[in-house]
Amino acid sequence: MKKYSVIPGFSLTLGCTLLYVSLIVVLPLSLLFYKAASLKWSDFWKIITDERVLASYRVSFGTSLIAACLNAGFGLLLAWVLVRYRFPGRKLIDALVDLPFALPTAVAGIALTTLYAGNGWIGHGLEKLGIKVAFTPLGIIVALTFIGLPFVVRTVQPVLEEVEIHVEEAAASLGATSWQIFHRVIAPQIVPALLTGVALAFARALGEYGSVVFISGNMPMKTEITPLLIMSKLEQFDYAGATALAAVLLVASFCILLAVNVIQWRLSRYRMAR
Amino acid sequence: MKKSHKWVHVLLASSLALGVAGCSSAGESKETAQTKTVQPKAVQLLNVSYDPTRELYQDYNKEFAAYWKQKTGQDVTIKQSHGGSGKQARSVIDGLEADVVTLALGYDIDALEAKGLIKPGWQKEFAHNSAPSTSTIVFLVRKGNPKQIKDWNDVVKPGISVITPNPKTSGGARWNYLAAWGYALKKNNNDEAKAKEFLAQLFKNVPVLDSGARGATTTFVERGIGDVLLTWENDALLAVNKLGKGNFEIVYPSVSILAEPPVAIVDKVADKHGTQEISKAYLEYLYSPKGQEIEARNYYRPQDKTVAEKYRQQFPAIKMFTIDEIAGGWKKAQAKHFSDGALFDQIYKPH
Repeated sequence: MKKYSVIPGFSLTLGCTLLYVSLIVVLPLSLLFYKAASLKWSDFWKIITDERVLASYRVSFGTSLIAACLNAGFGLLLAWVLVRYRFPGRKLIDALVDLPFALPTAVAGIALTTLYAGNGWIGHGLEKLGIKVAFTPLGIIVALTFIGLPFVVRTVQPVLEEVEIHVEEAAASLGATSWQIFHRVIAPQIVPALLTGVALAFARALGEYGSVVFISGNMPMKTEITPLLIMSKLEQFDYAGATALAAVLLVASFCILLAVNVIQWRLSRYRMAR
Repeated sequence: MKKSHKWVHVLLASSLALGVAGCSSAGESKETAQTKTVQPKAVQLLNVSYDPTRELYQDYNKEFAAYWKQKTGQDVTIKQSHGGSGKQARSVIDGLEADVVTLALGYDIDALEAKGLIKPGWQKEFAHNSAPSTSTIVFLVRKGNPKQIKDWNDVVKPGISVITPNPKTSGGARWNYLAAWGYALKKNNNDEAKAKEFLAQLFKNVPVLDSGARGATTTFVERGIGDVLLTWENDALLAVNKLGKGNFEIVYPSVSILAEPPVAIVDKVADKHGTQEISKAYLEYLYSPKGQEIEARNYYRPQDKTVAEKYRQQFPAIKMFTIDEIAGGWKKAQAKHFSDGALFDQIYKPH
C-alpha cells in the first residue's frame, strides 16, 4: 500500500473513522439492541407482531414509500429546473429546498395541519371536493413528503450539474429523439443518485414522529404510525417494548439502505462492463 | 491491507469508544462523592413539571425565592422544565437531576419510586395526598352550546364529535377516560360491562386522538374540529379566558373525577445536591396562603378553605369521585385500562 496521500496513513484515518462511527452510530444503536435483548424471544415476537403494531407498520411503511416516490418524481423535476434553467428567484428556490431540514418537525406538523384541516385554506377547498387530508393517511403522506423533499433534490442536483451537455448534443445530432436522449444518456448517470435520495427520504420518513402526530389523528389501526406506538410504550415505562419496536424499524431501514447500495453497486459494475 | 490488520483497528476503535464512555461515567461518580456541609450563599433547584404548569411555577418561583431570601438570607434560583408528564418522569429516570417533581399523576411519581429515586411513602409526605391543589375534568363546548351538551350521556350520543387525547400517550387523557368510566359505573350500579360499552361509544365519537392534552386543545380551538373537548378544568379556564375569548363555554357535568396532580422530592438527587431542606420548604410553601393564592390565580383548585372561598366564583361546586373509589388507585387503573392489551386497547380491537 504505497500510495501518495495528503493526510497521513491509511491505518490512522481508518482508525479515526471507526472510532467516530462507533461513538456516534454503533454504540447508541447497540445499546438499543442490548435493551431489547432483555426480553424473552417469545415476548419480543409477541410485541412486534401484535395486531395494532402490524397495522402501524402498514401505515408507516406504506405512507413512507408513497411519500418517497412522490419525492422521487418532484425532486427530480425540481433538481432539473434548478440546474438547467436560469431564471429570477432561482437562488431563492434553491435555498427554500433546504428549509424542511432546518425546521423543527413539530412546526412543520402544526403548519401543515393548519393548512390541510377542514377549516384550513387548502383543506377547505379539498373537503368541498370530498377529499379529507388532515387526520387521514393522506395527511401523513403530505407531512412525510414535506420532510423528505430535500433528500432527492440534493442528491440528484450535483450529478445533474456534471452531465455533459455536449454528449446530449452529440446524441441529438445522431438523430436521437428527446426521450431517447433522456432515457439512454441522462438517466443512466442520475439513477444511482436518485436511488440514494429516495432511500434516504424513505428511511427518514419511517422514523418521523414530530410532524406526523399533529396531522395523522393517531387513530388506532387506521392512522397510528409505529413511532407513536414506541412513544406510547415509553409512556407506560415499558422500555423493553419500545426498544423492540425501535429495533424493528432500525433493521428495516438498514436493510433498505443496504439493498439500495447493492443495486447501485451492480449498476455501476454493469456500466463499467459496457 | 490484510484482513486481520483491519480487525485490529476495529477492535481498537471500539475499545476506545467504550473506554471513553467508561471514563465519562467514572468522572461523574467522583464528583458526587463530595458532599456539601457548609450552607452555600446561593442554591439552585430544578423543578421538573408537566405541560400546563409553566405560568403557575413562573409566578410561584418568584414568590418562593423572595420568601426564602427573607427567611434564610440565601439566594435561590429555580429552574423549570416542562413537557408531557410521562416524558418528564422518564427524563428524571434517565438522569435529569430534578430536586423536585410536580407531575400530572401519581403513576408517574410511582415510576420514580420504583426506580429507587424517591423513598416509598412519598404520597404521605405532604398534606392532601401530596397534592397542593386539585383540578377536575370538564367539557369545553362552542359558544351557545349548539349541541346542548350538558352531561356525560350527551357526549356519547351518535353524531356528537368528541375531542380527547390518546390515553396511551397523555396523562390528561387518562383522567378524561377515568372520569367517563366513573360516571358510567355510578350510572350502571358498578356494572363494568356496561361501563366498557359506554367508553366504546364515547371513543366511537372521537375523530382525532392527539398525543398530548395541549394538542387536543389546539385541534378543538384552532382547527374547529369537534363539538366538545374533554379537558382539565385549568386548561378550560385558560382557553375561555385567554385563547378564544367569547368563543367557548365551560360545561360542568353532573359528576367528574377529582384530579390530584402530586408533588414529591426526588430524594436521591436532593441528597446528592444537599437540597433536601429547601426542596421540602419549596413544596410546603405551595400549601401556604400565598402559594394557594397563586394556584387559584392559575386556575388550579386550592386546598386551603379560605382561598377556596375567595375563588368560589371561578370554581363551581361539582360532585367528584376519586381514582381510589373507582379504580383502586393509579397502579391498578394503569394495569386494568391503559397497559397494552387492556380495556382501552380492547375498545379499538377490530371485530
